[in-house]
Amino acid sequence: MRRENAMSELSTLTHIQRLEAEAIHIMREVVAEATNPVMLYSVGKDSAVMLHLARKAFYPSPPPFPLLHVDTTWKFKAMYELRERMAKESGMELLVYQNPEAAERGINPFDHGALHTDMWKTEGLKQALDKWGFDAAFGGARRDEEKSRAKERIFSFRTASHGWDPKNQRPELWNIYNARKNKGESIRVFPISNWTELDIWQYIRLNDVPIVPLYFAAKRPTFEWEGGLFMADDLPRLEKVLGYCPEITERSIRFRTLGCFPLTGAVESNATTLNEVIQETLLTTTSERQGRVIDKDAGGAGMEVKKQQGYF
Amino acid sequence: MTDPIYQTEALIAEDIEAYLDLHQHKSMLRFITCGSVDDGKSTLIGRLLYDSKMIFEDQLAALENDSKKVGTQGGEIDFALLVDGLAAEREQGITIDVAYRFFSTEKRKFIVADCPGHEQYTRNMVTGASTADLAVILIDARKGVLTQTRRHSYLAHLIGIRHIVLAVNKMDLIGYDQARYDAIVADYSAFAASIGIAGFTAMPISGFKGDNITAPSANTPWYSGPTLMGHLEAVDVNTAAEAAGVFRMPVQWVNRPNLDFRGFSGLIANGTVKPGDAVRVLPSGKTSTVTRIVTMPSAGFAGETAGDGDLEQAVAGQSVTLCLADEIDCSRGDVLAASDAPPQVADQFEANLVWMADEPLVPGRAYWLKLASQTVSVTVSQPKCTINVNTMERLAAKTLELNAIGLAEITTDRPIVFEPYTESRTLGGFILIDKISNATVAAGMLNFSLRRAQNVHWQALDVTREAHARMKGQSPAVLWFTGLSGSGKSTIANLVEKKLHALGKHTFLLDGDNVRHGLNKDLGFTEADRIENIRRVAEVAKLMTDAGLIVLTAFISPFRAERDMVRALLPEGEFFEIFVDTPLEEAERRDVKGLYKKARSGALKNFTGIDSPYEAPEEPEIRVDTMGESPEEAAERIVALIIGDWMPVI
Repeated sequence: MRRENAMSELSTLTHIQRLEAEAIHIMREVVAEATNPVMLYSVGKDSAVMLHLARKAFYPSPPPFPLLHVDTTWKFKAMYELRERMAKESGMELLVYQNPEAAERGINPFDHGALHTDMWKTEGLKQALDKWGFDAAFGGARRDEEKSRAKERIFSFRTASHGWDPKNQRPELWNIYNARKNKGESIRVFPISNWTELDIWQYIRLNDVPIVPLYFAAKRPTFEWEGGLFMADDLPRLEKVLGYCPEITERSIRFRTLGCFPLTGAVESNATTLNEVIQETLLTTTSERQGRVIDKDAGGAGMEVKKQQGYF
Repeated sequence: MTDPIYQTEALIAEDIEAYLDLHQHKSMLRFITCGSVDDGKSTLIGRLLYDSKMIFEDQLAALENDSKKVGTQGGEIDFALLVDGLAAEREQGITIDVAYRFFSTEKRKFIVADCPGHEQYTRNMVTGASTADLAVILIDARKGVLTQTRRHSYLAHLIGIRHIVLAVNKMDLIGYDQARYDAIVADYSAFAASIGIAGFTAMPISGFKGDNITAPSANTPWYSGPTLMGHLEAVDVNTAAEAAGVFRMPVQWVNRPNLDFRGFSGLIANGTVKPGDAVRVLPSGKTSTVTRIVTMPSAGFAGETAGDGDLEQAVAGQSVTLCLADEIDCSRGDVLAASDAPPQVADQFEANLVWMADEPLVPGRAYWLKLASQTVSVTVSQPKCTINVNTMERLAAKTLELNAIGLAEITTDRPIVFEPYTESRTLGGFILIDKISNATVAAGMLNFSLRRAQNVHWQALDVTREAHARMKGQSPAVLWFTGLSGSGKSTIANLVEKKLHALGKHTFLLDGDNVRHGLNKDLGFTEADRIENIRRVAEVAKLMTDAGLIVLTAFISPFRAERDMVRALLPEGEFFEIFVDTPLEEAERRDVKGLYKKARSGALKNFTGIDSPYEAPEEPEIRVDTMGESPEEAAERIVALIIGDWMPVI
């Protein structure tokens, strides 16, 4: 590997260096101006990079805010493992929130479809933010992910009921962020807004950022459901919810994006190393979020509607 | 369709390692595209994304589908659909907000802000332009230079964009006519010179057909300049210019994990810094030396990111944490700068403002100003002029409405560290925030300071205000007596001063008698003069507290805003508002100086309580009810509270 000191060429910071500096600057602004910030941590690769940036931003102090995982109880086991490990390593407090109503009503991705996301994630997030009174929440969303995100501010203002008004966003000039708000209102902050998927991978590669092993290909138990390929992460539970035992086949698969295991499609792959994963990503012909069902609701405007309701 | 020539699939497939190493050294360019609705802006961006292969197969399938349904290109691929994101925009067929798009080539990563063209979206364009290194100004070759071309060029220039590209688009629709192209360029050139644009790069293109986008077009053999992509890859970026400047870093956050570590975190705005460099903290003027540039040691292979533990050097554009050799005062809002060439410090400026809110500017009202990490309270004067962005005419104005651009004076409630915007975007660009709604109402660019306060502030005083106070064995304070004429302010203030004096305190009483006859004898009793009267008294009181004194003032000071201004001028805990509360009827009954009688007869104008309002304090530190407490009792209570309870013991 090359170990060139990029600093020898003074005037040319690389794009990765500039993105990193921008994200760190954003995080420090929030800590300086918000009263009770929190970092939303979904355990995916974007969250992993965001957490790494936070540790860098405040080093040698630990990041001065907790991690919040809005849990749906349907995440992959490997995600729960990494979550615990990273909380320990970073020295940050880990808060886990599960919407009690969703738990009580047994909301699951098979029977309830979109309601699953709405109850566990959208409602769960709102409840969690209200419970602890957070006035600023970091999220790992990127503008290249989806059309409505492309227009969202880095400091995205939310009303007291967590609503987002895309037509009435605060102008955001230079790198000056307006973090002022009235009581009850809050801001969502997206420090990696300007990163692309490739930037994320390159950063992980450069910094050895720990990510969930599911991003790498391995032989895993899979089943087909509604035209997609899924991993049977918890077979007894699947069987209970589906009402039958799906046909399980061992396949070499990996995930391009991680959400709830029944909602996140796997791809067949032999990419077992980071370089191979990046290679596959670059050569691939389907966009990243295709594995997720969420964008397809409500036609082309799926995410925009969800965000107005308070989804991240 | 052109072949995507910018992504070397072969290299990716053969040697991913080499490919990634190559791409880790890419630089980043941010640019905006501006033009009116039909100039083909979104199509051009869609084309750049397409040609740099940033569109995936599923997106392409959706695009083809959408092109047939809602496209405007007669069923052919409508690249604009890739870019126009929000549902409302798709319905109306226009771009409302700024959308950010990303693509990269082998040399660079690009962030493009797609800005709306209509005049009512001037603020959106300014927003997109504020972070841009370059602007692509699109012209429809069939129409030539239009009003919006001039407006966009003016705005791009105002925001200080260093590279302007004039993209004469839709060349296919005029048969690639060189004469027409040359005429448009000549026309634009004359206009650009008239508004001070030093240079620009013109090129004939077709976003729809792909001419001169990534490869020289066979349709324009007469054009020998760069392709659009070639030019975007070659121009120098802002951080390069910023790195060449003198060191400046606004302090965002003080990093203090334990007693052994104190670091100052920020994003370097200009220049470079190394351990051993002499730095100055502004506005205090104190100096020290950089001992360490701290970043987190990285587990990964290093050098590429700023993550290799302590750095030997850091440059503009990097976020770092600096440690200094001396334990000096430095906190959020301060600026660390090269010791021998510090930025200026001042509290009154001329600035260009772009108004961004539906509610117009209210001259004289207090707004928050945020500049780098400094947030201060400011007032804005009535604008000197506004600029008609279509004709560049300067017009007289009383206020600034949504999307108006104007020149105004700004007064901050305390000195701030700044540089002219033309020298530093970071230390010259600011936003104004409404204090009630918290909305961002304006973007501003400082031109210069109107007072030479900076020369005074550069030299830190060796004998500090703390030293002055220590020698007197007391904490400085201002006891601000406010109340109606004849309420008993002076009487009580006099008694308090006598008691403090008897306790060995160093005091001074400012009242109408010793101020109005000298310092303020040029002032009358209009509202403006009353405000100025209080401002001067406040400044004198502040100087006296710097000298370590306990200052007592006895002025009607009827306006809450002015009393708050005095409070903001002083360090926290040094301002005590004492409301001498006497009902108007009682004060008028006493009428010690016969003034109420004169006012009632009309011989005295603007008299507080009669024909000028008195805004009673909402939360004074002390309230004296003169109907229930004698002056002697009140004075006794005030001294006990202030000396006994509230004032820190030195």
